[in-house]
Amino acid sequence: MARVLVQFAHPLLEKSRVQKQMIKQAQMVKGVTINDLYERYPDFDIDVRREQRLLLAHDIIIFQHPFYWYSTPAIVKQWLDLVLEHGWAYGITGDKLKGKLFMQAISCGGSDPAYHPEGKNRFTIRQMLSPMDQTANLCQMEYLPPFVVYGTHKLQDADIEQYALEYGQVLSALNADRIQPEEWKSVQLMNELFPVPESLQS
Amino acid sequence: MDQHSFLFQAMVYLGSAVIMEHVAKKLGLGSVLGYLLAGILIGPALLGFIGEEGEDVMHFAEFGVVMMLFLIGLELEPALLWKLRKPIVGLGGLQVLATTILITAIAMVVGLPWQQALAVGAGLSLSSTAIVMQSLHEKGIMQTAAGQSSFAVLLFQDIAVIPMLALFPLLANLPVQEDIVPTNPTMVYGLPGWGKTLAVFLAVGAIILAGKYIIQPLLHIVAKTRLRELFTATALLLIVGTAVLMTQVGLSPALGTFLAGVILANSEFRHELESDIEPFKGLLLGLFFISVGTSIDFRLIAENPGLIAGLVFGLMTLKAILLWVLGNIFGLKTDQNIVFATALCQMGEFGFVLFAFALGGGILPKDVVDILIAVIALSMAITPMALTINERFIQPRIGTREKIDEPNADEINETNPVIIAGFGHFGNTIGRFLRAHNVGTTILDHDSDRVDLLRKLGIKVYYGDATRYDLLHSAGAAKAKILIISIDDPEKRLKMIETVKKHFPNLRMLVRASNRFDAYDQMNAGMLHVYRETVDTALRVGVDALKFMGFRAYNAKRAARMFLKNDEFNLKKLASIRDRKDYINTARELIEELEQTLQEDLRNAGVLDEAGWDEMGLIEEAKGVNEK
Repeated sequence: MARVLVQFAHPLLEKSRVQKQMIKQAQMVKGVTINDLYERYPDFDIDVRREQRLLLAHDIIIFQHPFYWYSTPAIVKQWLDLVLEHGWAYGITGDKLKGKLFMQAISCGGSDPAYHPEGKNRFTIRQMLSPMDQTANLCQMEYLPPFVVYGTHKLQDADIEQYALEYGQVLSALNADRIQPEEWKSVQLMNELFPVPESLQS
Repeated sequence: MDQHSFLFQAMVYLGSAVIMEHVAKKLGLGSVLGYLLAGILIGPALLGFIGEEGEDVMHFAEFGVVMMLFLIGLELEPALLWKLRKPIVGLGGLQVLATTILITAIAMVVGLPWQQALAVGAGLSLSSTAIVMQSLHEKGIMQTAAGQSSFAVLLFQDIAVIPMLALFPLLANLPVQEDIVPTNPTMVYGLPGWGKTLAVFLAVGAIILAGKYIIQPLLHIVAKTRLRELFTATALLLIVGTAVLMTQVGLSPALGTFLAGVILANSEFRHELESDIEPFKGLLLGLFFISVGTSIDFRLIAENPGLIAGLVFGLMTLKAILLWVLGNIFGLKTDQNIVFATALCQMGEFGFVLFAFALGGGILPKDVVDILIAVIALSMAITPMALTINERFIQPRIGTREKIDEPNADEINETNPVIIAGFGHFGNTIGRFLRAHNVGTTILDHDSDRVDLLRKLGIKVYYGDATRYDLLHSAGAAKAKILIISIDDPEKRLKMIETVKKHFPNLRMLVRASNRFDAYDQMNAGMLHVYRETVDTALRVGVDALKFMGFRAYNAKRAARMFLKNDEFNLKKLASIRDRKDYINTARELIEELEQTLQEDLRNAGVLDEAGWDEMGLIEEAKGVNEK
């Protein structure tokens, strides 16, 4: 049983459609701890020791957030800057996170084809996420393929519901150690391991 | 008194009060002195608007004192009384006892029979609760050691009047003259001395029992009707009724109402009673001070100038010395002790009551009583002046301040960059915060006990009135970068702003404001950094309330910050147009605007600022465009 920590960041959850459903599903999965960053640190005063204790107490760290401007909401950057201290998370003596799994669960407005060398956004989603990928790498964590919800602006409520259920399944599977390294290394997105009916992907 | 002359008199009283109080305030004297001067001005001695009828007004206005004692009683919870038991019984008891004995002895030496001497001593040992409480409140020193000790002594005196009045009938030594027999004889008239004494104790007992078992249930019934006027009327009836009962047994009404107040202090109606009676008290007390002024018999004084002046100053000096000695015994520091002795060295309104009683009861002859009453009135008139003189000229030179071990006032290296004026709850939070971050602070404060404590902790503190130029100068205002004005009194803050603007134009001021109107005044005085003392805390409460109502913490915080920003903006806008005629209109407009903004917020929680996080626009756009 892997202990899963969801680091959740959404500055305006009241108006969220996708992330709100996703976090609702996450709350229902056993063995998952949810850390709501904007709720806990409305002044951006991150409690570094608490966050480090949380990290140590879990095996899989998931950052769940909307994909703002090809990146994270502001508080995640603040969190990275403060919590991943030199000598603790990285550096010669910094090995506290070694061997943990790291994953992102994001929702983007752009469609799947938009994240393509020929598309509007010019880069693939994995290219866009490379800074986080490398961050995990520097801290000696394994970067899992991200869970991505594309084209959120066009999604119907039923589609969103489906994505949220899929996300819940990802979390349960991670918690139960049901995803093997050879499986995740073979895919670009975590979604590929949990296919949803084609008809619902609009 | 026909109606015309009644209205004319009311006009004279109110007019003189308004004018003289304003003048007294401008001169920096307290309102008590203003009222007294108004009384002297309109009295028979000067303008003569008010003649003999002044005495009637005084009887009427004594009701202000009665109400004041009711209010004092209301504030005296048994817990507070218990806390003050040592100063009340010890300090107060010794003061009354020692002063009475001393004055009685002197009076006997002068040749009065012992009964008369004792009555004189007892009557003169009392101070004026009305004047002292009012003056100390106005000067804001009620909470200092001197204020608390004064309060304790006054309280004991007020209580001591009960046994005094009860025992006075036993001192009767003159034949009661026929013409002194009151036109409406009281219930106890004609009873022997011991009978009167018994009646007094019975009446006091009746008040205590009635307060508990009749008045409180009655107030419950009245409160249920939810008619505010009815409650006010009941409160007044309660006081008047008690006063009548007390008069019937020949006691001071003030004592009865004081007792009634104490009994109701623990009831849930305490605050309601207080706010209902307060305006009546204020007006009548003012009237009382005026009538003290009018009743000063300048003809009598002119006939015996030496005797009366000698009595006034002799008695006040004697009382002051005794108070000083007692203050020392009870551990008051020099400067506090001076305030204490100065505040309480006059004779008080209970003296009037006791001597009037003594005259009627055949204890003292009329000529003695007349002189004593003139002496009391004069000493009451002098007290506010003495307090002001002490504050202005004596305090700055003695006490805590002289202990300052300050090497050299203009030693540059010693100067701290921040000066905090006022180290009460507000100022000391700032001070602690700055100290925790190693910012050098110099503190100005006027509570000498606090100053001593801070000095022991090695903090640089100057004692005295922070609005004074010389104090600011020696505290290093010329070299400091910031002055934080956190004193309690809004008017002193404004005064301080003017002083600093004039003498230290480069000193940046951060000013505490009590409320919006205070903030307007400070902004109009050119202040850029104005901090309303309640707004941040209130918004913190608001944020927590929003959170409990299910709002997200981050958005609740943002909402509060935006609210504060808008509020400060409106505040500045209003301050800039304040003194114009359209102020009221604009204020109304801004309130309407605020109301609209509030409703807008509800409908549409700050859409403009959050658009970056909101995908509604993108969703709309996506409907029409096919993304590649």
